[in-house]
Amino acid sequence: MKVFVCIKQVPDTETKIKLKPDQSGVDFTGVKWVMNPYDEFAVEEAIKLREGGKATGVVVFSVGPKARVVESLRTALAMGADDAVVIDAPEDLDSSVVAKALAGAIKAEGEFRYILTGKLAIDDNASAVSQMIAEYLNIPQATVVSKLEIGDTSATAEREVEGGTREILELKGPAVIAANKGLNMPRYASLPGIMKAKKKVIKELTLDAVGASAADVRVKYKGFQMPAEKPAVKMLGGDAAAQAHELATLLRNEAKVI
Amino acid sequence: MASVLVFTEFADGKFKKGALELLSAARKSGLKVQALALGSGAKALPFGAEGVDEVFVADNAQFDKYNPELFSATVSALLAAQKPSVVLASSSALARDMFPRVAAHMGVGVASDCTTLEISSDGNVTARRPMYAGKCTAEVSFENSPTKIVLMRANQLPVVAATGAKTPSVTDVAAPATDLHTIIKDVVKGTSGKLDLTEANIIVAGGRGMKDAASFKLLEDLADVLGATVGASRAVVDAGWVPHTMQVGQTGKTVAPTLYIAAGVSGAIQHLAGMSGSKVIVAINKDANAPIFQKATYGIVGDVFEILPKLTEEFKKLVHH
Ligand SMILES: Cc1cc2nc3c(=O)[nH]c(=O)nc-3n(C[C@H](O)[C@H](O)[C@H](O)COP(=O)(O)OP(=O)(O)OC[C@H]3O[C@@H](n4cnc5c(N)ncnc54)[C@H](O)[C@@H]3O)c2cc1C
Repeated sequence: MKVFVCIKQVPDTETKIKLKPDQSGVDFTGVKWVMNPYDEFAVEEAIKLREGGKATGVVVFSVGPKARVVESLRTALAMGADDAVVIDAPEDLDSSVVAKALAGAIKAEGEFRYILTGKLAIDDNASAVSQMIAEYLNIPQATVVSKLEIGDTSATAEREVEGGTREILELKGPAVIAANKGLNMPRYASLPGIMKAKKKVIKELTLDAVGASAADVRVKYKGFQMPAEKPAVKMLGGDAAAQAHELATLLRNEAKVI
Repeated sequence: MASVLVFTEFADGKFKKGALELLSAARKSGLKVQALALGSGAKALPFGAEGVDEVFVADNAQFDKYNPELFSATVSALLAAQKPSVVLASSSALARDMFPRVAAHMGVGVASDCTTLEISSDGNVTARRPMYAGKCTAEVSFENSPTKIVLMRANQLPVVAATGAKTPSVTDVAAPATDLHTIIKDVVKGTSGKLDLTEANIIVAGGRGMKDAASFKLLEDLADVLGATVGASRAVVDAGWVPHTMQVGQTGKTVAPTLYIAAGVSGAIQHLAGMSGSKVIVAINKDANAPIFQKATYGIVGDVFEILPKLTEEFKKLVHH
């Protein structure tokens, strides 16, 4: 059976964030867009499952402005995914509309064994879409997964929680798995892979076609602000002993944090 | 009447600090305060002393280990029946996993990792949260969301003692009869026993300047004196010196402690993204031009191998006096 992967396109981690003059959002002019880093682990895992004979094919889905989002889908194809689906949508949808769109597109695509995602998108940091897809499709979930073993009828997933504690879940039947770093080492796209990906036809859908609507957002963001400017750094002089002594004194008496 | 329902996490018969922060915020709203606790020992928690009006508990071993399906179905059913205006929870691993699913079930909005919170007397919420791993912040606006689910980051709200104790009503909550497809095979406790990076008040972080895995002992010694948690840059994690759970930054943990000490960390944009919300930042680096100094409150140009042991000694003196 197939494995589906949901990916998001996000600004590169190097991006210096600029706000729109009215603070209604981030100014994306000149931003370099990349596949969300955690989604790379999901794509890699799906391709590995197919290579290991545990999946018959890998289909990648993404929601967002079609013109740019297809680039990340092509990256996934170049890595080795078989097919890609874009659901054309405006920029500022919330997790619930995105998850509804993905769940709708997944239902239309047909049977699957697993849905792989990244544990969190590094733009809005919401970490919500994976769980919402699982709810809309009424299947189990495991998020923040750094180890996955796929058996014949069930999967064992290890998820990381606070303090280095690990929860080990057995998931029966189809499930959503949200990948964390450590799950694998994502491969780079090969040159032949890139050439092949260029020629692939990416299936295009609309929000309407998958039963989602931009009017259904539940969370919007407004009043964007840059973090407050910090006062200039205070550099401590003298030898190591003097620096250490002054720092301890400042942290106790001036900053009052110890 | 509008109400605020607090999902109270607890351990060893006590509310976690995050739960006390949320209960304080709930009382401040002046609305009816409801609390929900799941797991053995839930009933014995001091809800009355915390000013809670209505308590919902599943004091039941079935809830001692987190099962996403079981928990989300149980919480969804309760919230759908109670229809609180606001649900507050800590932005913990459990809540971040469960509440998006609950929100989808109810068709309402959820905002994780919030850093500010105001609840108005009519049950509306004003909250802000970091975006782009803390490179900016934004106000959360809930749309058509009769229940607003807010997950708060630790250490952002004050813990205020309740003024008067209450005698809350206590209702038992049962798991809905659903066919579970998830089995919790095991929970392997972390070895550190220290607070998680995301909850820590003080973080001592090391970068590639620490030279090797063994030198992290210098950071652990310092952390022990300060009651701090040790973090790391990605370079150190990629080198295999420490596990990924210790990584701070855009693809690691986003942290906001009161004190962040960065030793041998250059201050790459992806690292800064995860820690620039810290109240006081100390940078120790032998390169005076390292970008970390631009974000630091106090800077020391020097060798970590000389400075760290001396700092540990200085802090020992302070802690003992
Ligand atoms: C997609 C992506 C995501 C990323 N996510 C993260 C992330 O989440 N977190 C993160 O940290 N990085 C992240 N990075 C990596 C980031 O770009 C940097 O490579 C990394 O943070 C550098 O780590 P460092 O500061 O330890 O090492 P370096 O940049 O090598 O810095 C080492 C520092 O130690 C100093 N030093 C050396 N010896 C001594 C000494 N004896 N005493 C004092 N100082 C000394 C040096 O002067 C130098 O400034 C990411 C990168 C990418 C591309």
